[in-house]
Amino acid sequence: MPVQYLKETPSQTGGPYVHIGCLPHFAGLNLRTQEKLHVLAGGGVPGEQIRIEGVVWDGSGHPLRDVMLELWQADSTGAYNAPGFRGWGRVGADPQTGLWGFETIRPGATPWIDSRPQAPHCSLLLFARGINIHLHTRVYFDDRPEANAADPALLSIELVNRRQTLIATRQAGGQGGSDVPTFRFDVHLQGDKETVFFDC
Amino acid sequence: MSSDTGEFARRDRAWHPPAFTPPYKTSVLRSPGKALVSLRQSIGERTGPVLGHGDLDPLDNDLIRNYITTGGEAIGERIIVHGRVVDEMGRPVKGSLVEVWQANAGGRYRHGNDHYLAPLDPNFGGCGRCVTDDDGRYFFRTIKPGPYPWMNHNSDWRPSHIHFSLFGNAFAQRLVTQMYFEGDPLIPLCPIIGTIRDKAAVDMLVAKLDMNEMVPFDSLVYRFDIVLRGRRSTFFENRPEGN
Repeated sequence: MPVQYLKETPSQTGGPYVHIGCLPHFAGLNLRTQEKLHVLAGGGVPGEQIRIEGVVWDGSGHPLRDVMLELWQADSTGAYNAPGFRGWGRVGADPQTGLWGFETIRPGATPWIDSRPQAPHCSLLLFARGINIHLHTRVYFDDRPEANAADPALLSIELVNRRQTLIATRQAGGQGGSDVPTFRFDVHLQGDKETVFFDC
Repeated sequence: MSSDTGEFARRDRAWHPPAFTPPYKTSVLRSPGKALVSLRQSIGERTGPVLGHGDLDPLDNDLIRNYITTGGEAIGERIIVHGRVVDEMGRPVKGSLVEVWQANAGGRYRHGNDHYLAPLDPNFGGCGRCVTDDDGRYFFRTIKPGPYPWMNHNSDWRPSHIHFSLFGNAFAQRLVTQMYFEGDPLIPLCPIIGTIRDKAAVDMLVAKLDMNEMVPFDSLVYRFDIVLRGRRSTFFENRPEGN
């Protein structure tokens, strides 16, 4: 019998009403109304302001309109938990369209375990009704092709044609008249276009 | 804090529910069909956000009183839920955000998509949060949620439950789960609990009545301890980044 440690508490789905606890104002509760958790960086945080947005699609091509996403990233210098930048955000998909979006800054390169640079990326977790344990993926940026080509995590994906599912696409023009670069990152839970999800 | 002090033990995904669990119908189209890709943890997985410190309201962990709209307290069975958050090595998980949400005493959620005929309680929101202390302890005060029907096999019934969201101190420790109540006969009938294969794993989600801690003439108490992933020692690893 190998050495036994405590077992981790098992996961359960976040369910359809995950917003009550995690985004109460979004659920219509008049609590914590000052919180705008999808905004990681307004003006004043050093770095290039960007927007990351997308839709999560189920195996039949339907948008998930009850999904909750969380983002975790380094600051523009590649530091996590740097003073003045929380680095974490949370958002619920639009209940009609399924569109979600984060307003943040472009992360800097961070070190891999052997100190090689990783391409700029954000970690992204998905929680929803029907998802028994959250899904973990990464968002990379299509205007950093050289860094992406050398990224150790992307290179560890054996099926080369699946690496593309992690690369967000820069949209032409700004969003809604603003000039903030907007990156589109659609997530496909199942099927031919299935996004890479990590076990880490 | 969430400085990078090492790698976490791998997750036992045979212990957690798998993604594809057809008796829980919504999982059928929301489960990846391809294998997860194994990823070595680097700094982004081994660190996590520091949340809750300094911006918690004093009533955030009191669901009986944090949503009063007509002047009274929430109606229902008054309880306190408490426990410790530790890692797999038994060490306390300190200073970490715990979020909870739940239905009211009649099984109705305060959410636009819940159309169950049981009424809303004007003085109950169903949302709470707290931060673990240096011993990993947390507690909140609430009313016991009621069971409710849901569209699965033409009215399955969820057991009474409270949703938990846990951050730990790193993104690799992130966990969302549900707490159930000792003795509830709906537990073995529930397709969502049934997504977990091992009965010992289900038992970890069942809070125990804690009469030793009950508050006389006020509240019953349930104890729910939580285990998050533990950091490996990695005595033997080359640590070029200098941890």
